[in-house]
Amino acid sequence: MIRFEQVSVTYGDATAPAVQGIDLTVPEGELCLLVGPSGVGKSTVLNAVCGLVPHFTGGTLRGRVTVDGRDTRTHKPRELADVVGTVGQDPLAHFVTDTVEDELAYGMESLGLAPDVMRRRVEETLDLLGLAELRDRALATLSGGQRQRVAIGAVLTTHPKVLVLDEPTSALDPAAAEDVLSVLQRLVHDLGTTVLLAEHRLERVVQYADQVILLPSPGAAPVMGAPADVMAVSPVHPPVVALGRLAHWSPLPLSVRDARRKAAALRTRLTGVTPPAPGAGQAVGGTGTGPGAASSVPAPRGDAVPDGIAAAVSGLGVRRGRTEVLHGVELTVRRGETLALMGRNGAGKSTLLSTLVGMHPPAAGSVRVGGVTPHRTGPRALLRHVGLVPQEPRDLLYADTVAAECTTADQDAGAPAGSCRAQVARLLPDVPDSVHPRDLSEGQRLALALAVVLTARPPLLLLDEPTRGLDYAAKARLIEVLRALAAEGHAIILATHDVELAAELAHRVVILADGEIVADGPTDEVVVSSPSFAPQVAKVLAPLPWLTVPQVADALEATA
Amino acid sequence: MSAPRATRTTALPAGAWWLWALGLATAASRTTDPLLLGLLVGVAGYVVAARRTEAPWARSYGAFVKLGLVVIAVRLVFAFFLGSPIPGTHTLVTLPEVPLPDWAKGVRIGGRVTAEGMVFALYDGLKLATLLICVGAANALAHPARLLKSLPGALYEVGVAVVVAMTFAPNLVADVQRLRAARRLRGRPDRGLPALLQVGMPVLEGALERSVALAAAMDARGYGRSADVPRAVRHTTSVLTLGGLLGVCAGTYGLLGEAGGGYGLPLLLAGLAAALGGLWLGGRRSVRSRYRPERWGVRAWLVAGSGIAVAALMIWANSYAPTALHPPAVPLTAPVLPLWPAVSVLVGLLPAFVAPLPPGGDRADRTASRGRGRAVDVDPRAKEPTP
Repeated sequence: MIRFEQVSVTYGDATAPAVQGIDLTVPEGELCLLVGPSGVGKSTVLNAVCGLVPHFTGGTLRGRVTVDGRDTRTHKPRELADVVGTVGQDPLAHFVTDTVEDELAYGMESLGLAPDVMRRRVEETLDLLGLAELRDRALATLSGGQRQRVAIGAVLTTHPKVLVLDEPTSALDPAAAEDVLSVLQRLVHDLGTTVLLAEHRLERVVQYADQVILLPSPGAAPVMGAPADVMAVSPVHPPVVALGRLAHWSPLPLSVRDARRKAAALRTRLTGVTPPAPGAGQAVGGTGTGPGAASSVPAPRGDAVPDGIAAAVSGLGVRRGRTEVLHGVELTVRRGETLALMGRNGAGKSTLLSTLVGMHPPAAGSVRVGGVTPHRTGPRALLRHVGLVPQEPRDLLYADTVAAECTTADQDAGAPAGSCRAQVARLLPDVPDSVHPRDLSEGQRLALALAVVLTARPPLLLLDEPTRGLDYAAKARLIEVLRALAAEGHAIILATHDVELAAELAHRVVILADGEIVADGPTDEVVVSSPSFAPQVAKVLAPLPWLTVPQVADALEATA
Repeated sequence: MSAPRATRTTALPAGAWWLWALGLATAASRTTDPLLLGLLVGVAGYVVAARRTEAPWARSYGAFVKLGLVVIAVRLVFAFFLGSPIPGTHTLVTLPEVPLPDWAKGVRIGGRVTAEGMVFALYDGLKLATLLICVGAANALAHPARLLKSLPGALYEVGVAVVVAMTFAPNLVADVQRLRAARRLRGRPDRGLPALLQVGMPVLEGALERSVALAAAMDARGYGRSADVPRAVRHTTSVLTLGGLLGVCAGTYGLLGEAGGGYGLPLLLAGLAAALGGLWLGGRRSVRSRYRPERWGVRAWLVAGSGIAVAALMIWANSYAPTALHPPAVPLTAPVLPLWPAVSVLVGLLPAFVAPLPPGGDRADRTASRGRGRAVDVDPRAKEPTP
């Protein structure tokens, strides 16, 4: 269905091709997963399928890409619109109309289908994706998962033979991600659609894939094969695969179900062994030298330092317009403690973080951060008490080089010249001063924003959804950095959907639902019992309280 | 014959609401009687209150009313300080007059302020305000973007550009808010003009990136596909459109100038016909079809017709009761409400009874059921906790 023949793509004035030597065939009716570290050209490959590379992005494409027999060199994206449906990373940015029903019809209108055909297909698609209730809703009012389903529905109505998706579940909470994936499953199984998707969160998708295409490093030729075979060699892999590799299971399990069947022996071996406290840094996948070696720091206990309270929230209520976003929130965070804030999209996680930096005045209750009340404190003074890295780290960066960014950060924080640069050197060893922040990768940009925030040495550090768009390597680096910061006595609050991150890092997990705290306790107690917030290792080894692969690896080494 | 609930099938075409509102506006432009104008505002307001949706633009009615009040105030302030050409005998106050040089003859600053002049200005301002409020009513009942959907095929792409631009404005506002909040995180003040200026660049960059992403998405979804049209038809289209537009220009010039009274009108009409022909032919290049277009049913005709009727009746009233419609400012007289013109304005209330009821329009019912503490079917859009 999709054929790449000796394809290489070179953009504009780049010296090296973005991808090269791509030679592969995706047969009809398969769900094919494209994996690889950041920056290996996954998006380039996806866009080459729908013709946006090279027609829209520019650059030179050598070789041939054919989709359903149509050559993308001679067919513009709009002429491929009836065979390829493309869903981008941020659905809201790609919506053309304003209501669900119009959006579903838009593609068909462009193709000029007859009105009765359009009507029938819209109704079918509404049912297929479970959107019938939402048909008259404005797109801007939908939740993340609903938007993603509408975006998929909007390209499905033209009955494309190929569906191309770029990170469809990255921004979603675990339940919404399940919804989207089950829709994709259904398309492949019932309608024979060929699906090609790229995704960083492999733990969510790899068990659904029929084929995996691995782009191991920039410029390297792709490896294609059955998921279990490719995962055995892949540098990016989900925790369940890591556990399988550790325990030498063969064939490698891809889903929790497969792994549980094989895990009986491992479970008996681990029974009776007490796992180390969660969050107290074990080394990550063998890279645990340097800042990650904070493993001796125990999880802070409540009574350790009497005045070590970094933030205290009591009876907090926040309203936006008529909506009460937070209600009766009680939360205390101590220095040196890492806390993961979880809950579905729209549960109030981001609002809680922004209330802690004084962006929303509380409607009820009180907020104290390091002895000050955030919304009554000037930004300059507040900077020394609390720092927030927003969901889009780019919002924090204004200058046009890394060096200029560091200089202004020093001025803003009133820190001695060079302190921000020192932070950058620590978090991002190999970034030259002259790079534009926009040209950094997602992980590098996050590190730069983190360095800027850390320049003022705030005792409380907040991160909103830090792992969005990060590959496993970047995530591992982030985990090391945050552990080291916690060991230095920073209190850290992460709002995240990433259960694996929470399991690796957090001492405590707080779950928000509809603006109220519904669970608050040590990570192992809260997540192990939860079906949607448990990490894969916990699901495999349940009822034993193990959360991460490094924990298990350490224990196995110790008992070997 | 009670009105059905508005769904996609029964919803009125946007054009019907605009015709109705323009009818009311035409009626307003034909009178300066403050009572009649007030009645027109009341009619428009009642229909809006009865039939507006809960969409964000439906709240724009209030903004237009405020704008109308501002217009009246400005008109009065000007009349107060700059005087008015209306001769009057009832002097309210006498302001010191600013002496002006000879070339500014006819302009006066300060001087006598007469009651007649102020009343005249009030009537005039009220008329303008009523026009604005009528447009506001149309805006609240049917978003102008919906009007663009009824454009002929050849102009479709222009329409999309306008719609996309309109959805960009709220996005831009959201971006500015987000980036100003982010300034706070860098320890810089988030209020004041400098804050707004410094986020300008990132906001523009973001807007540019979003437009590129949207353009890519639209391209990938088939925007701009065109049918193969024979060369001859393409050339005919260009000739007709260009020639038609030239004809319209020349015809207008002829009509406005003194010499061309004879050829102006025919040229204008011929130009218009040619341009319309060009548009129609141009539409053949577009392969698009329309999904569930709004239909002109009986109710649509009634709504549009009621507006047109108000306009026609008012124009007719100008012939049988000119003085009642234009109460003189000199000498000062109390305005009266002429019976028949007033009755004809009330025809404009028809849409409040025949137009389909918008979803969620039964606000009164909902509050009542809440008051009784019964389980309410919660609108999923509102995340308010149910009582």
